[in-house]
Amino acid sequence: MMYNFFLFFHNNSGGGLMNKDEYQKLVKKHEPREKKVENVLYAFLVGGVIGFIVEGIIQVLMNVFLLSRVDAGVWTSLIVIFISSLFTALGFFDNWMEKAKAGLLLPTTGFAHSVTSSALDYKKEGLITGLGSNFFKLAGSVILYGILSGFILAIVKVIIHG
Amino acid sequence: MASKKFNNVYIKDNVSIVGPLEKEGLLDNYDFAIDDYYYGEKTFEQAEIKMQRVVIDNLLNFNKLDEKKIDLLLGGDLINQISVSGYNASSFKIPFLGVYSACASYVEGLLIASSFISGKCAKRVIVTTSSHNLNAERQFRYPVEYGAIKKGTSTFTTTGAVATLLTNEETNIKVEAGTIGKVIEMGVKDANNMGAVMAPAAADTLYTHLTDMKRNINYYDLVLTGDLGEVGKNIFIDYLNQVYDINLKKYMDGGCEIYAKNQDTYAGASGPVAMPLVLFDKVLSTKKYKKILVIATGSLQSVQLANQKLGIPGIAHAISLEVLK
Repeated sequence: MMYNFFLFFHNNSGGGLMNKDEYQKLVKKHEPREKKVENVLYAFLVGGVIGFIVEGIIQVLMNVFLLSRVDAGVWTSLIVIFISSLFTALGFFDNWMEKAKAGLLLPTTGFAHSVTSSALDYKKEGLITGLGSNFFKLAGSVILYGILSGFILAIVKVIIHG
Repeated sequence: MASKKFNNVYIKDNVSIVGPLEKEGLLDNYDFAIDDYYYGEKTFEQAEIKMQRVVIDNLLNFNKLDEKKIDLLLGGDLINQISVSGYNASSFKIPFLGVYSACASYVEGLLIASSFISGKCAKRVIVTTSSHNLNAERQFRYPVEYGAIKKGTSTFTTTGAVATLLTNEETNIKVEAGTIGKVIEMGVKDANNMGAVMAPAAADTLYTHLTDMKRNINYYDLVLTGDLGEVGKNIFIDYLNQVYDINLKKYMDGGCEIYAKNQDTYAGASGPVAMPLVLFDKVLSTKKYKKILVIATGSLQSVQLANQKLGIPGIAHAISLEVLK
Protein backbone atom coordinates (compact mmCIF):
# COMPACT_ATOMS: atom_id res chain seq x y z
CA MET A 1 0.00 0.00 0.00
CA MET A 2 2.74 2.32 1.05
CA TYR A 3 4.74 1.21 -1.97
CA ASN A 4 1.83 1.82 -4.34
CA PHE A 5 1.37 5.24 -2.90
CA PHE A 6 5.01 6.01 -3.43
CA LEU A 7 4.85 4.72 -7.01
CA PHE A 8 1.82 6.87 -7.71
CA PHE A 9 3.57 9.91 -6.35
CA HIS A 10 6.73 9.07 -8.25
CA ASN A 11 4.87 8.63 -11.54
CA ASN A 12 3.32 12.02 -11.33
CA SER A 13 6.45 13.93 -10.59
CA GLY A 14 6.89 14.69 -14.32
CA GLY A 15 9.97 14.55 -16.50
CA GLY A 16 9.83 11.43 -18.62
CA LEU A 17 7.76 9.05 -16.61
CA MET A 18 4.93 7.01 -17.98
CA ASN A 19 4.74 3.36 -17.03
CA LYS A 20 4.79 0.60 -19.62
CA ASP A 21 1.11 -0.26 -19.26
CA GLU A 22 0.06 3.31 -19.83
CA TYR A 23 2.35 3.47 -22.82
CA GLN A 24 0.82 0.28 -24.27
CA LYS A 25 -2.57 1.99 -24.10
CA LEU A 26 -1.22 5.05 -25.86
CA VAL A 27 0.29 2.86 -28.60
CA LYS A 28 -2.98 0.93 -29.02
CA LYS A 29 -4.84 4.19 -29.50
CA HIS A 30 -2.72 5.12 -32.50
CA GLU A 31 -2.63 1.73 -34.20
CA PRO A 32 -4.42 1.78 -37.54
CA ARG A 33 -7.46 -0.50 -37.67
CA GLU A 34 -6.92 -3.70 -39.65
CA LYS A 35 -9.82 -4.33 -42.04
CA LYS A 36 -10.52 -7.79 -40.66
CA VAL A 37 -13.91 -8.45 -42.26
CA GLU A 38 -12.72 -7.26 -45.66
CA ASN A 39 -9.56 -9.39 -45.43
CA VAL A 40 -11.47 -12.51 -44.42
CA LEU A 41 -13.97 -12.02 -47.23
CA TYR A 42 -11.20 -11.48 -49.74
CA ALA A 43 -9.26 -14.54 -48.62
CA PHE A 44 -12.46 -16.61 -48.70
CA LEU A 45 -13.27 -15.57 -52.25
CA VAL A 46 -9.73 -16.02 -53.61
CA GLY A 47 -9.32 -19.36 -51.84
CA GLY A 48 -12.72 -20.43 -53.19
CA VAL A 49 -11.87 -19.44 -56.75
CA ILE A 50 -8.64 -21.45 -56.55
CA GLY A 51 -10.61 -24.44 -55.26
CA PHE A 52 -13.00 -24.00 -58.19
CA ILE A 53 -10.17 -23.88 -60.75
CA VAL A 54 -8.46 -26.90 -59.20
CA GLU A 55 -11.70 -28.88 -59.30
CA GLY A 56 -11.95 -27.93 -62.99
CA ILE A 57 -8.45 -29.35 -63.62
CA ILE A 58 -9.39 -32.56 -61.81
CA GLN A 59 -12.53 -32.92 -63.93
CA VAL A 60 -10.56 -32.37 -67.14
CA LEU A 61 -7.97 -34.97 -66.11
CA MET A 62 -10.72 -37.47 -65.19
CA ASN A 63 -12.85 -36.96 -68.29
CA VAL A 64 -10.27 -36.22 -71.00
CA PHE A 65 -7.31 -38.24 -69.77
CA LEU A 66 -9.51 -40.89 -68.12
CA LEU A 67 -7.61 -40.87 -64.80
CA SER A 68 -9.13 -42.10 -61.55
CA ARG A 69 -10.19 -39.44 -59.00
CA VAL A 70 -7.13 -40.20 -56.82
CA ASP A 71 -4.64 -40.06 -59.71
CA ALA A 72 -6.25 -36.88 -61.07
CA GLY A 73 -5.87 -35.33 -57.59
CA VAL A 74 -2.17 -36.13 -57.44
CA TRP A 75 -1.55 -34.76 -60.93
CA THR A 76 -3.53 -31.63 -60.11
CA SER A 77 -1.40 -31.01 -56.98
CA LEU A 78 1.71 -31.29 -59.10
CA ILE A 79 0.30 -28.87 -61.67
CA VAL A 80 -0.64 -26.32 -58.97
CA ILE A 81 2.78 -26.62 -57.31
CA PHE A 82 4.50 -26.15 -60.66
CA ILE A 83 2.41 -23.14 -61.67
CA SER A 84 2.76 -21.30 -58.37
CA SER A 85 6.52 -21.96 -58.23
CA LEU A 86 6.82 -20.71 -61.80
CA PHE A 87 4.85 -17.56 -60.98
CA THR A 88 7.07 -16.99 -57.92
CA ALA A 89 10.18 -17.35 -60.05
CA LEU A 90 8.77 -14.97 -62.66
CA GLY A 91 8.44 -12.45 -59.86
CA PHE A 92 4.78 -11.53 -59.65
CA PHE A 93 3.32 -14.09 -57.26
CA ASP A 94 4.45 -12.04 -54.23
CA ASN A 95 2.26 -9.14 -55.39
CA TRP A 96 -0.72 -11.49 -55.68
CA MET A 97 0.03 -12.88 -52.20
CA GLU A 98 -0.15 -9.43 -50.68
CA LYS A 99 -3.43 -8.58 -52.39
CA ALA A 100 -5.15 -11.93 -51.83
CA LYS A 101 -4.42 -11.85 -48.05
CA ALA A 102 -4.60 -15.42 -46.73
CA GLY A 103 -6.40 -16.65 -49.88
CA LEU A 104 -3.22 -17.76 -51.61
CA LEU A 105 -1.36 -18.53 -48.41
CA LEU A 106 -3.29 -21.52 -47.19
CA PRO A 107 -3.65 -23.87 -50.14
CA THR A 108 -0.87 -25.80 -51.88
CA THR A 109 0.00 -22.57 -53.71
CA GLY A 110 1.26 -20.94 -50.51
CA PHE A 111 3.46 -23.89 -49.60
CA ALA A 112 5.06 -24.07 -53.04
CA HIS A 113 5.52 -20.31 -53.07
CA SER A 114 7.21 -20.25 -49.64
CA VAL A 115 9.72 -22.91 -50.70
CA THR A 116 10.47 -21.30 -54.06
CA SER A 117 10.86 -17.81 -52.62
CA SER A 118 13.31 -19.11 -49.97
CA ALA A 119 15.25 -20.97 -52.67
CA LEU A 120 15.47 -17.82 -54.81
CA ASP A 121 16.56 -15.75 -51.85
CA TYR A 122 19.43 -17.96 -50.75
CA LYS A 123 20.73 -19.43 -54.01
CA LYS A 124 23.58 -16.89 -54.18
CA GLU A 125 24.89 -18.01 -50.79
CA GLY A 126 25.81 -21.46 -52.09
CA LEU A 127 23.94 -24.70 -52.77
CA ILE A 128 24.56 -26.15 -49.29
CA THR A 129 25.12 -23.13 -47.01
CA GLY A 130 22.46 -21.03 -48.73
CA LEU A 131 19.78 -22.80 -50.71
CA GLY A 132 19.94 -26.19 -49.00
CA SER A 133 19.89 -25.01 -45.41
CA ASN A 134 17.23 -22.34 -45.98
CA PHE A 135 14.93 -24.17 -48.43
CA PHE A 136 12.33 -25.03 -45.79
CA LYS A 137 12.86 -21.87 -43.74
CA LEU A 138 9.19 -20.90 -43.97
CA ALA A 139 7.69 -24.27 -44.91
CA GLY A 140 9.53 -26.21 -42.18
CA SER A 141 6.89 -25.41 -39.57
CA VAL A 142 4.13 -26.55 -41.92
CA ILE A 143 5.86 -29.90 -42.45
CA LEU A 144 6.71 -30.44 -38.78
CA TYR A 145 3.34 -29.51 -37.32
CA GLY A 146 1.49 -31.12 -40.22
CA ILE A 147 3.13 -34.47 -39.51
CA LEU A 148 2.74 -34.00 -35.75
CA SER A 149 -0.97 -33.21 -35.93
CA GLY A 150 -1.49 -36.10 -38.39
CA PHE A 151 0.19 -38.40 -35.88
CA ILE A 152 -1.93 -37.17 -32.96
CA LEU A 153 -5.15 -37.44 -34.98
CA ALA A 154 -4.22 -41.00 -35.95
CA ILE A 155 -3.84 -41.90 -32.25
CA VAL A 156 -7.18 -40.26 -31.46
CA LYS A 157 -8.79 -42.25 -34.27
CA VAL A 158 -7.32 -45.53 -32.96
CA ILE A 159 -8.55 -44.74 -29.42
CA ILE A 160 -12.09 -43.93 -30.56
CA HIS A 161 -12.56 -46.57 -33.26
CA GLY A 162 -10.24 -49.19 -31.84
CA MET B 1 26.41 15.11 -19.84
CA ALA B 2 24.34 14.17 -22.85
CA SER B 3 24.59 17.40 -24.80
CA LYS B 4 27.60 19.20 -26.18
CA LYS B 5 28.19 22.40 -28.14
CA PHE B 6 30.59 22.08 -31.05
CA ASN B 7 33.14 24.64 -32.25
CA ASN B 8 33.94 25.13 -35.92
CA VAL B 9 32.10 22.15 -37.33
CA TYR B 10 30.43 22.63 -40.70
CA ILE B 11 28.72 20.49 -43.31
CA LYS B 12 30.49 21.10 -46.59
CA ASP B 13 28.72 18.82 -49.01
CA ASN B 14 26.46 15.82 -49.33
CA VAL B 15 25.98 13.30 -52.13
CA SER B 16 22.95 11.03 -52.27
CA ILE B 17 21.63 8.15 -54.31
CA VAL B 18 18.07 6.81 -54.19
CA GLY B 19 16.26 3.66 -55.30
CA PRO B 20 13.52 3.27 -57.91
CA LEU B 21 10.53 3.73 -55.57
CA GLU B 22 12.13 6.74 -53.86
CA LYS B 23 12.68 8.34 -57.27
CA GLU B 24 8.95 8.08 -58.01
CA GLY B 25 8.08 9.40 -54.56
CA LEU B 26 8.23 12.84 -53.00
CA LEU B 27 11.99 13.46 -53.20
CA ASP B 28 13.50 15.58 -55.96
CA ASN B 29 16.88 16.97 -54.89
CA TYR B 30 19.02 13.83 -54.94
CA ASP B 31 22.21 13.35 -57.00
CA PHE B 32 21.73 9.88 -58.46
CA ALA B 33 18.96 7.33 -58.79
CA ILE B 34 19.02 3.65 -59.61
CA ASP B 35 16.32 1.93 -61.65
CA ASP B 36 17.24 -1.61 -60.73
CA TYR B 37 17.58 -3.02 -57.21
CA TYR B 38 20.64 -5.00 -58.34
CA TYR B 39 22.45 -1.87 -59.62
CA GLY B 40 24.45 -4.04 -62.02
CA GLU B 41 25.71 -6.31 -59.23
CA LYS B 42 25.07 -9.99 -58.50
CA THR B 43 23.24 -9.56 -55.19
CA PHE B 44 21.31 -6.88 -53.31
CA GLU B 45 24.03 -6.70 -50.63
CA GLN B 46 26.63 -6.00 -53.28
CA ALA B 47 24.33 -3.39 -54.80
CA GLU B 48 24.14 -1.62 -51.42
CA ILE B 49 27.94 -1.67 -51.09
CA LYS B 50 28.17 -0.15 -54.59
CA MET B 51 25.69 2.61 -53.66
CA GLN B 52 27.89 3.59 -50.70
CA ARG B 53 31.00 3.50 -52.85
CA VAL B 54 29.44 5.66 -55.57
CA VAL B 55 28.34 8.40 -53.15
CA ILE B 56 31.75 8.59 -51.47
CA ASP B 57 33.60 8.54 -54.82
CA ASN B 58 31.47 11.39 -56.09
CA LEU B 59 31.75 13.34 -52.86
CA LEU B 60 35.55 13.21 -53.21
CA ASN B 61 35.40 14.12 -56.92
CA PHE B 62 32.92 17.01 -56.53
CA ASN B 63 35.12 18.54 -53.83
CA LYS B 64 38.37 17.72 -55.65
CA LEU B 65 39.65 15.89 -52.60
CA ASP B 66 42.10 13.04 -52.40
CA GLU B 67 41.49 10.14 -49.99
CA LYS B 68 44.58 11.26 -48.07
CA LYS B 69 42.91 14.57 -47.25
CA ILE B 70 40.15 12.79 -45.32
CA ASP B 71 41.04 12.07 -41.71
CA LEU B 72 38.21 9.71 -40.89
CA LEU B 73 35.39 7.74 -42.50
CA LEU B 74 32.37 6.82 -40.38
CA GLY B 75 29.85 4.34 -41.76
CA GLY B 76 26.80 2.44 -40.60
CA ASP B 77 24.02 0.34 -42.11
CA LEU B 78 21.46 -2.28 -41.14
CA ILE B 79 23.08 -5.42 -42.45
CA ASN B 80 24.64 -7.95 -40.06
CA GLN B 81 27.80 -6.65 -38.37
CA ILE B 82 27.43 -3.43 -40.45
CA SER B 83 29.11 -5.45 -43.17
CA VAL B 84 28.02 -3.18 -46.04
CA SER B 85 29.96 -0.25 -44.54
CA GLY B 86 32.92 -2.45 -43.69
CA TYR B 87 33.16 -3.96 -47.17
CA ASN B 88 32.72 -0.53 -48.74
CA ALA B 89 35.46 0.98 -46.55
CA SER B 90 37.94 -1.51 -48.03
CA SER B 91 37.74 0.50 -51.29
CA PHE B 92 39.14 3.61 -49.62
CA LYS B 93 42.42 4.30 -47.92
CA ILE B 94 40.78 6.26 -45.12
CA PRO B 95 40.81 5.37 -41.39
CA PHE B 96 37.41 3.85 -40.68
CA LEU B 97 35.05 3.63 -37.71
CA GLY B 98 31.88 1.56 -38.02
CA VAL B 99 28.90 2.94 -36.13
CA TYR B 100 25.59 1.35 -35.26
CA SER B 101 22.41 2.79 -33.79
CA ALA B 102 20.09 1.16 -36.34
CA CYS B 103 18.31 3.98 -38.15
CA ALA B 104 20.01 6.59 -35.94
CA SER B 105 23.46 5.51 -37.18
CA TYR B 106 23.85 8.53 -39.44
CA VAL B 107 23.44 11.02 -36.60
CA GLU B 108 25.66 8.89 -34.37
CA GLY B 109 28.23 9.31 -37.16
CA LEU B 110 27.66 13.09 -37.25
CA LEU B 111 28.08 13.29 -33.46
CA ILE B 112 31.38 11.43 -33.51
CA ALA B 113 32.64 13.35 -36.55
CA SER B 114 31.70 16.68 -34.93
CA SER B 115 33.45 15.72 -31.68
CA PHE B 116 36.64 14.89 -33.59
CA ILE B 117 36.54 18.14 -35.57
CA SER B 118 35.51 20.28 -32.61
CA GLY B 119 38.32 18.75 -30.52
CA LYS B 120 40.77 19.51 -33.35
CA CYS B 121 41.53 15.81 -33.83
CA ALA B 122 40.36 15.88 -37.44
CA LYS B 123 39.87 18.43 -40.20
CA ARG B 124 37.71 16.56 -42.71
CA VAL B 125 35.46 13.64 -41.93
CA ILE B 126 33.06 11.72 -44.17
CA VAL B 127 29.91 10.20 -42.66
CA THR B 128 28.11 7.63 -44.77
CA THR B 129 25.07 5.43 -44.38
CA SER B 130 22.86 3.29 -46.58
CA SER B 131 19.90 0.96 -46.58
CA HIS B 132 18.36 -1.26 -49.22
CA ASN B 133 14.75 -2.33 -48.96
CA LEU B 134 15.31 -5.88 -50.16
CA ASN B 135 18.37 -6.45 -47.95
CA ALA B 136 16.37 -5.36 -44.91
CA GLU B 137 13.46 -7.59 -45.94
CA ARG B 138 15.81 -10.55 -46.33
CA GLN B 139 17.49 -9.98 -43.00
CA PHE B 140 14.68 -8.89 -40.73
CA ARG B 141 11.55 -10.29 -42.36
CA TYR B 142 10.82 -12.75 -45.16
CA PRO B 143 12.38 -13.80 -48.47
CA VAL B 144 12.08 -11.03 -51.03
CA GLU B 145 9.71 -12.91 -53.36
CA TYR B 146 7.49 -14.08 -50.50
CA GLY B 147 5.43 -10.89 -50.24
CA ALA B 148 4.20 -11.45 -46.70
CA ILE B 149 1.06 -9.65 -45.59
CA LYS B 150 1.99 -6.68 -43.41
CA LYS B 151 0.44 -4.73 -40.59
CA GLY B 152 -0.52 -1.09 -40.97
CA THR B 153 2.14 -0.16 -38.39
CA SER B 154 4.99 -1.59 -40.52
CA THR B 155 7.36 0.80 -42.22
CA PHE B 156 9.07 0.40 -45.57
CA THR B 157 12.90 0.40 -45.61
CA THR B 158 14.22 3.15 -47.87
CA THR B 159 16.70 2.29 -50.60
CA GLY B 160 19.55 4.75 -50.94
CA ALA B 161 22.87 5.96 -49.63
CA VAL B 162 24.34 9.29 -48.55
CA ALA B 163 27.85 10.54 -47.86
CA THR B 164 28.34 13.82 -46.03
CA LEU B 165 31.55 15.79 -45.74
CA LEU B 166 32.16 17.66 -42.49
CA THR B 167 34.99 20.16 -42.15
CA ASN B 168 36.43 22.81 -39.86
CA GLU B 169 36.23 25.43 -42.65
CA GLU B 170 33.24 27.71 -42.52
CA THR B 171 30.34 26.89 -44.85
CA ASN B 172 26.71 27.91 -44.70
CA ILE B 173 25.61 24.93 -42.58
CA LYS B 174 26.94 24.86 -39.03
CA VAL B 175 26.75 21.83 -36.78
CA GLU B 176 26.04 23.71 -33.61
CA ALA B 177 25.36 21.15 -30.88
CA GLY B 178 24.40 17.54 -30.33
CA THR B 179 22.78 15.27 -27.79
CA ILE B 180 23.60 11.60 -27.30
CA GLY B 181 20.41 9.71 -26.53
CA LYS B 182 19.70 7.13 -23.84
CA VAL B 183 18.41 3.68 -24.75
CA ILE B 184 14.78 3.42 -23.72
CA GLU B 185 12.61 0.33 -23.62
CA MET B 186 8.90 0.77 -23.02
CA GLY B 187 7.74 -2.82 -23.41
CA VAL B 188 6.89 -2.75 -27.12
CA LYS B 189 7.58 -6.28 -28.37
CA ASP B 190 6.25 -5.91 -31.90
CA ALA B 191 9.08 -5.62 -34.43
CA ASN B 192 6.47 -4.43 -36.94
CA ASN B 193 5.75 -1.32 -34.91
CA MET B 194 9.13 0.39 -34.75
CA GLY B 195 7.49 3.81 -34.54
CA ALA B 196 6.13 2.86 -31.12
CA VAL B 197 9.54 1.48 -30.08
CA MET B 198 11.35 4.70 -31.00
CA ALA B 199 8.88 7.45 -30.04
CA PRO B 200 9.70 7.51 -26.27
CA ALA B 201 13.44 7.61 -27.04
CA ALA B 202 12.90 10.54 -29.43
CA ALA B 203 10.84 12.36 -26.79
CA ASP B 204 13.46 11.75 -24.10
CA THR B 205 16.28 13.01 -26.32
CA LEU B 206 14.30 16.11 -27.30
CA TYR B 207 13.52 16.88 -23.64
CA THR B 208 17.14 16.25 -22.58
CA HIS B 209 18.44 18.45 -25.37
CA LEU B 210 16.15 21.35 -24.49
CA THR B 211 16.93 21.04 -20.78
CA ASP B 212 20.71 20.76 -21.24
CA MET B 213 20.84 23.64 -23.70
CA LYS B 214 18.38 25.72 -21.64
CA ARG B 215 16.20 26.23 -24.70
CA ASN B 216 12.53 26.43 -25.41
CA ILE B 217 10.98 24.34 -28.20
CA ASN B 218 10.24 27.57 -30.10
CA TYR B 219 13.97 28.21 -30.39
CA TYR B 220 13.97 25.86 -33.38
CA ASP B 221 12.42 26.64 -36.76
CA LEU B 222 11.98 22.94 -37.36
CA VAL B 223 12.19 19.66 -35.48
CA LEU B 224 12.94 16.78 -37.86
CA THR B 225 12.60 13.27 -36.48
CA GLY B 226 14.14 10.31 -38.26
CA ASP B 227 11.79 7.57 -39.34
CA LEU B 228 8.91 7.32 -36.89
CA GLY B 229 6.39 6.97 -39.73
CA GLU B 230 2.71 7.91 -39.73
CA VAL B 231 1.92 5.81 -36.65
CA GLY B 232 5.05 6.60 -34.65
CA LYS B 233 4.73 10.30 -35.41
CA ASN B 234 1.31 10.49 -33.80
CA ILE B 235 2.50 8.49 -30.80
CA PHE B 236 5.48 10.85 -30.47
CA ILE B 237 3.33 14.00 -30.55
CA ASP B 238 0.88 12.54 -28.04
CA TYR B 239 3.60 11.17 -25.72
CA LEU B 240 5.59 14.40 -25.80
CA ASN B 241 2.48 16.32 -24.88
CA GLN B 242 1.39 14.01 -22.05
CA VAL B 243 4.76 13.34 -20.44
CA TYR B 244 6.82 16.45 -21.07
CA ASP B 245 4.11 19.00 -21.78
CA ILE B 246 5.78 20.01 -25.04
CA ASN B 247 3.62 21.05 -27.99
CA LEU B 248 5.28 20.56 -31.35
CA LYS B 249 4.26 23.04 -34.00
CA LYS B 250 7.06 23.20 -36.56
CA TYR B 251 7.60 19.50 -36.99
CA MET B 252 8.43 17.05 -39.77
CA ASP B 253 9.11 13.33 -39.74
CA GLY B 254 11.51 11.90 -42.30
CA GLY B 255 9.48 8.70 -42.57
CA CYS B 256 6.43 10.59 -43.84
CA GLU B 257 8.24 12.64 -46.50
CA ILE B 258 9.64 10.05 -48.91
CA TYR B 259 6.76 8.05 -50.36
CA ALA B 260 3.53 9.32 -51.86
CA LYS B 261 0.26 8.10 -50.36
CA ASN B 262 -0.50 5.88 -53.36
CA GLN B 263 2.81 4.02 -53.11
CA ASP B 264 1.41 1.54 -50.61
CA THR B 265 4.24 1.69 -48.10
CA TYR B 266 2.13 1.14 -44.95
CA ALA B 267 3.19 3.61 -42.22
CA GLY B 268 5.91 5.27 -44.35
CA ALA B 269 9.67 5.13 -44.81
CA SER B 270 12.35 3.87 -42.43
CA GLY B 271 16.03 2.99 -42.58
CA PRO B 272 19.13 4.98 -41.66
CA VAL B 273 19.17 6.73 -45.04
CA ALA B 274 15.57 8.00 -44.81
CA MET B 275 16.22 10.98 -42.53
CA PRO B 276 19.41 12.32 -44.25
CA LEU B 277 17.66 12.11 -47.63
CA VAL B 278 14.81 14.25 -46.32
CA LEU B 279 17.20 16.58 -44.47
CA PHE B 280 19.16 17.49 -47.59
CA ASP B 281 16.25 17.22 -50.00
CA LYS B 282 13.46 19.04 -48.21
CA VAL B 283 15.00 20.95 -45.31
CA LEU B 284 18.47 22.32 -46.03
CA SER B 285 17.98 22.95 -49.76
CA THR B 286 14.84 25.05 -49.25
CA LYS B 287 16.58 27.63 -46.99
CA LYS B 288 13.25 28.06 -45.24
CA TYR B 289 14.60 27.02 -41.86
CA LYS B 290 17.48 28.62 -39.99
CA LYS B 291 17.65 26.58 -36.80
CA ILE B 292 16.96 22.89 -37.19
CA LEU B 293 16.92 20.15 -34.59
CA VAL B 294 17.41 16.72 -36.14
CA ILE B 295 16.45 13.72 -34.00
CA ALA B 296 17.34 10.42 -35.68
CA THR B 297 15.61 7.39 -34.22
CA GLY B 298 16.64 3.75 -34.13
CA SER B 299 15.03 0.50 -33.07
CA LEU B 300 17.75 -1.73 -31.67
CA GLN B 301 16.27 -5.16 -32.29
CA SER B 302 17.74 -8.29 -33.76
CA VAL B 303 15.70 -11.11 -35.26
CA GLN B 304 16.73 -13.45 -32.44
CA LEU B 305 15.91 -11.14 -29.53
CA ALA B 306 12.64 -9.99 -31.12
CA ASN B 307 11.63 -13.67 -31.37
CA GLN B 308 12.55 -14.11 -27.70
CA LYS B 309 9.78 -11.58 -26.99
CA LEU B 310 11.82 -9.09 -25.02
CA GLY B 311 10.74 -5.46 -25.14
CA ILE B 312 12.59 -3.75 -27.99
CA PRO B 313 14.92 -0.91 -26.94
CA GLY B 314 14.83 2.36 -28.89
CA ILE B 315 17.43 5.10 -29.27
CA ALA B 316 17.44 8.66 -30.57
CA HIS B 317 20.38 11.00 -31.16
CA ALA B 318 19.94 14.71 -31.78
CA ILE B 319 22.00 17.24 -33.66
CA SER B 320 21.34 20.95 -33.98
CA LEU B 321 22.07 22.60 -37.33
CA GLU B 322 22.18 26.29 -38.23
CA VAL B 323 21.85 27.62 -41.74
CA LEU B 324 24.04 30.73 -41.77
CA LYS B 325 23.42 32.52 -45.05
